[in-house]
Amino acid sequence: MTDSYTRAVNTGFTKTLAKKLGLPRPAVLRRFRAGDPLTVGPVLVVSDDASRGDADALATTLLGWGLDVRREPTDDARWGAVLLVLTEASHPTDVSGAVLAVGSVLRRLAPQGRVVTVSRPAADGDAPEVAAVRNGVDGFLRSLAKELRAGATGNGIVLTDGAAADSPSALATLRFFLSARSAYVDGQLLPVGPSTAELPADWDRPLAGRVAVVTGAARGIGAAIARTLARDGAQVVCVDVPAAGEGLARTANAVGGTALQLDVTAEDAGTRILEHARTRHGRLDIVVHNAGILRDKLLANMKPAQWDSVIAVNLAAQLRINAQLLGADGGAGVPGLHIVSLASTSGIAGNKGQTNYGFSKAGVIGHTRATAPLVGAQGGTANAVAPGFIETDMTSSIPFATREVARRLSSLQQGGQPVDVAEAIAFLASPAAAGVNGQVLRVCGQNLVGR
Amino acid sequence: MATRKPSGSASRTTSRAATSAASEARPSGVRDAVIVGGNRIPFSRAGKKYSDASNQEMFTAALEGLVARFGLQGERLGEVVGGAVLKHSRDFNLVRESVLGSSLSSQTPAFDLQQACATGLEAAINVSNKIRLGQIDSGVAGGTDTVSDAPIAVSEGLRRVLLEASHAKTVQARLKALAKLRPSDLKPLSPGTDEPRTGLSMGEHQAITTARWGITREAQDELALASHQHLAAAWESGFFDDLVTPFRGLTRDDNLRPDTSLEKLASLKPVFGKNLDEPASMTAGNSTPLTDGASAVLLATAEWAAARDLPVLARFVDAETAGVDFVHGHEGLLMAPAHAVPRLLARNGLTLDDIDFFEIHEAFASTVLTTLAAWEDADYCTGELGLPGALGSVDRSKVNVNGSSLAAGHPFAATGGRIVATAAKLVAAKAAETGKPARALISICAAGGLGATAIVESV
Repeated sequence: MTDSYTRAVNTGFTKTLAKKLGLPRPAVLRRFRAGDPLTVGPVLVVSDDASRGDADALATTLLGWGLDVRREPTDDARWGAVLLVLTEASHPTDVSGAVLAVGSVLRRLAPQGRVVTVSRPAADGDAPEVAAVRNGVDGFLRSLAKELRAGATGNGIVLTDGAAADSPSALATLRFFLSARSAYVDGQLLPVGPSTAELPADWDRPLAGRVAVVTGAARGIGAAIARTLARDGAQVVCVDVPAAGEGLARTANAVGGTALQLDVTAEDAGTRILEHARTRHGRLDIVVHNAGILRDKLLANMKPAQWDSVIAVNLAAQLRINAQLLGADGGAGVPGLHIVSLASTSGIAGNKGQTNYGFSKAGVIGHTRATAPLVGAQGGTANAVAPGFIETDMTSSIPFATREVARRLSSLQQGGQPVDVAEAIAFLASPAAAGVNGQVLRVCGQNLVGR
Repeated sequence: MATRKPSGSASRTTSRAATSAASEARPSGVRDAVIVGGNRIPFSRAGKKYSDASNQEMFTAALEGLVARFGLQGERLGEVVGGAVLKHSRDFNLVRESVLGSSLSSQTPAFDLQQACATGLEAAINVSNKIRLGQIDSGVAGGTDTVSDAPIAVSEGLRRVLLEASHAKTVQARLKALAKLRPSDLKPLSPGTDEPRTGLSMGEHQAITTARWGITREAQDELALASHQHLAAAWESGFFDDLVTPFRGLTRDDNLRPDTSLEKLASLKPVFGKNLDEPASMTAGNSTPLTDGASAVLLATAEWAAARDLPVLARFVDAETAGVDFVHGHEGLLMAPAHAVPRLLARNGLTLDDIDFFEIHEAFASTVLTTLAAWEDADYCTGELGLPGALGSVDRSKVNVNGSSLAAGHPFAATGGRIVATAAKLVAAKAAETGKPARALISICAAGGLGATAIVESV
């Protein structure tokens, strides 16, 4: 699972050589460690004139987080992050000053720096000028993210339904994008709605007191999710098929959780998960549908078992478990449940040989959007995370050349780590992210495929 | 011991009208020990998947699965008790070392014990007794054994020479000691399972008992077939989903032959009792193979379990061990449980009819059959066991309903933990289904003419 190319171009003689030859040099990404500073340097907050009020409010919050906040693009700083607030812009010509101010500091953006836009979505009924500037931010951010180097990323917060720029979920999202937790999230615009959620008392333990279930927790991304949720304070119920019990026990013991050997395709899987969580941990707050399988075949060669098993595990099991947890089958549902499902870029952009997998993962996106309003009414959320190329046992079995190409096909020019997916899930599962609902967050280093 | 309770606590009185006489006979100050659950690794035939796994690795794995299932990371348990029958001398603190290698608190004390094939059950008796006496609130009982990684000793001659040389004070004396070495001393000694006092293997001993009770080849093969079929069905139904944690890539007991048949079993050649007058009937199919594996059972007080939101499957009611005189041929080597069970039942005011599940360790198919035959025999029961008449018949549909050692295999010290956890889960499910208390009787025969038996009851 090591990316030896990235290691080579960042160390010793091969680093010098790669520099001289002008080879692509993917950066070693900064990842979250408790106690590390939130950003790698001071934060510049800029806005168009109309959005100054929101910019002020956000700058005040950043100051409260102990950050060095500046409002002028001076030459003397090595910027840790740039926050571009365009929430109230009403015409495309309004934003040029602010945008060019961002441009003027990009050469002094520190490695692992962050650019975050805050804007509003174009919506039905908007004046054409308003819709133009709002949608313009989308193309701007996606393009800018591709220009950033050295592990820096660009992401956007899109405030929906009149959410205030400093509403709790907007702030939680801002903090996620600014932090090392979002190391492999790049070029993404995340819609954030209004919420009354409370911000965590301790930003290093945003899941304190929560009980989470992670399926497919024996290894890989699932194990990383369990570790990350536990690190953030959650008690974790680790679920995997009985045959994977050895790895499952390892995960559960590493995170101080419990192991539940259970096939998610069992008819009563949701009921058993709920019973275990309630009897053993007293409650259930978070469900992460991570269990998934691959049975790659061209459709022309696809056998019924290969299609059916992928749909059963990756999609039908999630639907059945959700129905049981939400009381759709007549039982008492869990109010305020945060559901996060694993989708995939294959479900967005498609992938040859993965008609079954692509169907299942696009299906996950479909049911996530449909489930969102059902759980949202009770303060819960349903979201999905779509990983791109992640360094796992699974991807390490891809032939060398294909793997190397896949790794470099993103703005960050490397594969992500399981923990990168886990960080996004932990964020979406946190109480403060209640305003993020029905969304698909890509964790793909801005993969060139799909949006 | 903050949760020590006076005798006759309210929780004990409701569901046990049938055993009220026994309850009153119990010493004062004794409280209940309950079985929370168990965990084992799949059992593997010797020399296969676990061929280079040590006892310590296997027992640690069994503990780790138990810790994971019940969220016991960092927990200081009252005691972990277990053992191994075939044990390296370096493993003198096998159980404690396994605890130190586990996710339990390293403040959890532990000790090794050994009672041949009854080791695991004896460990459970020990832990439950400590709990009942108020000495501990929680504990793990278990065992592990590997035939694949068994110790090999040096010969007695070489051992004496080496000891003498190491005690020698001068080089001259040391050389003199070493000069006594003979080529034949270099032959290593494999561990034997033969009875030291008779020189007969366990199988040969059981062949004598089988012949004495006239147990047929067909009856033995039928029992072996049932064991495989029952165990296979239990695996298929998910019974072991919360009793077993895979180890080294093995996810099920690899001795299990779901597709075996009476025809296949009948085709096997006898391996024991070939020198007896009666036709030999014991084959590799109706005898338990040498096996590697480990198991662990979590016992506690009901309060300790409740404080940790843990389930309770059953109560560990009582136990009885026995020894028999097999050396002079008076009794069969593996007949001790036949002696222990009547005493255990009598003390608890029970009869065979009060038992819902009989978990009789299948050292050999004929061990189960001779034990059942003995209890039906009035002459034997009056003459040998001192009973007024036959103990009674056991409904065969209640025996080893989810299979036993013939199918699962028998890593000596690990069998007790397997059976206790299985029995506890069986009575819990039966009680939940019927709304009435359910009981299981556990019977394990052991080398040396030993036997350990116990009763577990639903709560």
